[in-house]
Amino acid sequence: MRKVAVIAVGYTKVKEHWGLSIRDLFTEAAIMALNEVTIDRVDALYVGNMSSGYCQHQEHLGALMADYIGLKSPPAVKIEAAGASGGMALREGIQAVASGFHDFVVVGGVEKMSDVLTPDITYAMAMAADQEYEAFIGVTFAALNAMIKRAYQHKFGVSDELIATLPVHCHDMASKNPYAQYPFKITIEQVLSSPFVAEPLRLLECSSPADGAAILILCPLEKAKEFTDTPIEIAGVGAATDAIALYQRDDLTTFKATIEAANMAYKMAHTKPEEVDVAEIHDSFSITGVISLEDLGFFKKGTATKAISEGEITPGGKVAVNTFGGLKARGHPVGATGVYQVAEVVKQLRGEAGKNQVDDAEIGLTQNIGGVGGTVTVYIFRRID
Amino acid sequence: MSVPRYWREIPSRYRLIGSKCVNCGKTYFPPRRVCRECGSVNLEEVKLSEQGRIITWATVYDPPRGFEKYVPYIVAIVELDDGTRIMTQITDCEPDEIQIGTRVYAVFRKIREEGESGIIYYGYKFKPLK
Repeated sequence: MRKVAVIAVGYTKVKEHWGLSIRDLFTEAAIMALNEVTIDRVDALYVGNMSSGYCQHQEHLGALMADYIGLKSPPAVKIEAAGASGGMALREGIQAVASGFHDFVVVGGVEKMSDVLTPDITYAMAMAADQEYEAFIGVTFAALNAMIKRAYQHKFGVSDELIATLPVHCHDMASKNPYAQYPFKITIEQVLSSPFVAEPLRLLECSSPADGAAILILCPLEKAKEFTDTPIEIAGVGAATDAIALYQRDDLTTFKATIEAANMAYKMAHTKPEEVDVAEIHDSFSITGVISLEDLGFFKKGTATKAISEGEITPGGKVAVNTFGGLKARGHPVGATGVYQVAEVVKQLRGEAGKNQVDDAEIGLTQNIGGVGGTVTVYIFRRID
Repeated sequence: MSVPRYWREIPSRYRLIGSKCVNCGKTYFPPRRVCRECGSVNLEEVKLSEQGRIITWATVYDPPRGFEKYVPYIVAIVELDDGTRIMTQITDCEPDEIQIGTRVYAVFRKIREEGESGIIYYGYKFKPLK
């Protein structure tokens, strides 16, 4: 199996792009990435996306995007795994290059949510849950996460104030990222006085609908230096699945698929949580991020929020988390999120992360969740000196 | 939703029909053909318990398309007395009347309707035992 590197990244600002279509978004990000390197061919394209069928009535995204970004008829396919579509699209790209089947692969993620109204987005997002036995009775994606929050608080006795520290942290980070959807700070008081979306989850604990696209270009690590001075090695790869219906899980305060995916990735990269310098984690809701910080092994169960309040996830702390703002504040264009995370970690490891740059960052991690942990991908990246 | 798609789920939604693994005893809702605990394909249909307790719950304020007029409503995970878990609405009570552990029982209710000429969805909801 060959080692694989990321040699170029590109992404759009995350926001409601009223003037741009789904193909425009993808093209803008692709032009940025293709400008970073000179390669004479692309062997395959993988497009992560969840809801183009519902939001644009457009499927067949692989061929559509390959055509619009100017590729010469490569095989191209859309990969769908709810919120982990981007993460799973990357997995396809890695497998293609690692196996020797392809040399140059483009992996993208795109979501264009502002083409439909909020109740339709809520409906579309609930498609990640069990349609016949969760969505059928009116359960929303926020409600599932609210149930997780209540179970977590009941088990560990953690306050609303402590859980609010994660969205506050993410907005602090996003305030220095010009590509973020919400580049401004918020306070714990603002979080706690925002309205309930699904009690006990409040508006400022939830990521919002957004438009965005992100792109990566992969090639074999052994060739990467021919194209860039700063290739980033994909050192660890992990993915796992679980029951997509929340009620069919025994433990609501942990995502088993995160633990399994993380174990695979740490083992393959010969590293451990203590050695990770920067991490982009899946904080689609405050509680989801909190649980993820624990499942990834950064903090013991029930203790992540205390660690956040003590500054352990800011640059200079134990592990710098969501330094571009995370899903809450960089934004969560669903099928693109897993690709944004990787592009951001690549920027950190290259030393191009701007005002939130972590000194001498060498090892980075991304964690991307589909549904409420039905699919999880974890990747580990390493700087090549 | 098409009529057959609605119709084929009626046994589970109207009568709480699940399945039980003959090999290891694990129960499922809705019914499954393969036991995810032991891998057996020897499962039989069972009528599940109509009473249980709330494991966790949430109150929906921001509804999906089709549920706008019911807001706010309570959704919960209930563990039935036979150990099976189920996702359900909690009805006929206010949020301050329930907590984790509250005993509930199954009732038959309208879930929603698909516009003026579409299917009317029915099914179980659960109600606190007083």
